Amino acid sequence: MQEDLRRALKKPMEERRWGSVLDLRKCVGCHACNIACISENKLPPGVVYRPVIEEQKGTFPNVSRRFMPKPCVQCDNPPCTPVCPVTATWKQADGIVVVDYERCIGCRYCITACPYAARTFDYGEFYTEGTPSIQPYEKVHNFEYGKRWVRTEGDSPVGNARKCHYCIHRLNRGMLPACIVTCIARAKYFGDLNDPESLVSKLAVKPNAFRLKEELGTQPKTYYLI
Amino acid sequence: MRWEKLLWTIALVGLVFGSFGIWDRLVTGHVKANYGSYVVWGLWVAAYIYFVGLSAGAFLISSLIYAFGVKRLERVGKLALFVALVTLFMALLIILLDLGHMSRFYWVYTRANFSSMMTWMVWLYTAYFLLLLAESWLALKPDLIKGLTPETLQRDRRLLKYLGTIGVPLAIAFHGGVGALFGTVVARPYWHTPLYPILFLTGALVSGGALMTATVAFFWPDRNEGYRDTVKYLGQIVLMILVFDLILEFAEFSIPMWYGVGPEYELMRKVLFGPFWWVFWVVHLLLGSLIPIGILATQRERPLRVGAAGLLISLTFMAARLNIVVPGLIEPQLRGLEEAFHDPRLVFQYFPSLFEWQVFAFVIALGIAIFCVGQRLLPLMEEAPMERVA
Repeated sequence: MQEDLRRALKKPMEERRWGSVLDLRKCVGCHACNIACISENKLPPGVVYRPVIEEQKGTFPNVSRRFMPKPCVQCDNPPCTPVCPVTATWKQADGIVVVDYERCIGCRYCITACPYAARTFDYGEFYTEGTPSIQPYEKVHNFEYGKRWVRTEGDSPVGNARKCHYCIHRLNRGMLPACIVTCIARAKYFGDLNDPESLVSKLAVKPNAFRLKEELGTQPKTYYLI
Repeated sequence: MRWEKLLWTIALVGLVFGSFGIWDRLVTGHVKANYGSYVVWGLWVAAYIYFVGLSAGAFLISSLIYAFGVKRLERVGKLALFVALVTLFMALLIILLDLGHMSRFYWVYTRANFSSMMTWMVWLYTAYFLLLLAESWLALKPDLIKGLTPETLQRDRRLLKYLGTIGVPLAIAFHGGVGALFGTVVARPYWHTPLYPILFLTGALVSGGALMTATVAFFWPDRNEGYRDTVKYLGQIVLMILVFDLILEFAEFSIPMWYGVGPEYELMRKVLFGPFWWVFWVVHLLLGSLIPIGILATQRERPLRVGAAGLLISLTFMAARLNIVVPGLIEPQLRGLEEAFHDPRLVFQYFPSLFEWQVFAFVIALGIAIFCVGQRLLPLMEEAPMERVA
């Protein structure tokens, strides 16, 4: 994957199409990807980019569990972007749906428009609120979209819609997204769907690959293997 | 006036109670609100569509007079315009308070994205607001400026007719646009229905017309024959539209309930038989529809009773608006999502917090206060010289 990434980064941005493949047979439900994401992006309470859905099927003794990590599926035809009244969110040339925190007015229309619940709102809360002091790790800056963001009262990203952006800041430095590298089961794959040699391109066409809510025509760039 | 005292008392209590909420909103933002990242819109958005509905409804009543020349309603034209202005102000205030970044609201003008129904809605209600101001000025001008020549009055009257005529498609587009804002969201099966723009319009006419009926019935100073006739006529208009609105609503609910499967069915079952069943059956249907229909159909000659029916409809219509906004958001988009991450903001239940009620109360109280001041300062409830000339 690292080689796929390096190859893709050599191409112009508009020739890349980032996508991911998540193998549900391998996922053990450890939630490490979510923790890694929260840690990487310093996510506050209530803001979550990629929760892991746990499903239990059947009745005893015939039961099974399935774990489904759910990042922003990075639609090729995203329903969340055209609804923004101020063009604060759009699909980049490389396929990643991004939010401009400094432009977002916080109307939350995009959150209602996402069929995958991939967007959450930053209410300005802290995990250690109500304790003698808010801990420094909550006030430390993150590097989303390649900028330094410190969450202070009333300033972006507080009051904004937030979502998974495939860790653009890491990608631009030649690093895979935090959730991908943290997966203990190697259940996640990431790369350029435009590159026929990339691992994701090969996995995405497997007969056991599917995408969420295909019927909506959103064309997600996240594939699941079952 | 007895009614005025009562209104002032409600306004003052509301302003005091609500000011705590406004303070919290300005200092702590949205932290004390109960809506989250899944149920992302709550009481304030419902209140917004309720208030804009009242405004559009009151305005369309005024256009019956200024655009279509309905003589029986002529006396209430200025009042209808003023009610439309006050309720529009209330709507804009509460939706401003709902934004994550209030100071950036004007970007909807400077950085507009016209593929968003929200942008269309904002631009249309801005045009509507300007039109309302112009119309109100023209309607009040003969009372405020003495000694206008008959030619000027005639010219103003013509201009008012033009503006009223432009206003009709504008109000329809703007409130239909609010319906389209919800109807175009493909991700929400409960909202995603082509009927919404029409339902929003009839809802606006019912609630706004009912509010006008109540306002005229209770506050009109001269209880003469003309007053009785106007209230009766308004009551009959409201009755007709209310019945039509209920037919549309029946269509909206009965079809998914009939086929009995799918996400719309599940959501409507929650609305009808879920924990908040009483909002639909008791508040909306019984208090807001059936009892007023009974009064309007049988007591049409009793202005105060017609007014009471109008008051019931216009107050309880908030329940219909809440039943649009909240149920659309309470179903997880993917099965299991509700258990995926535990946080008070990531739940699929919602009941407004005290803070939200306080802000809501403040906006209502402020609206009532502006109405009281306005009706004191402006000759809203008099026969204007313009009418006499015309």
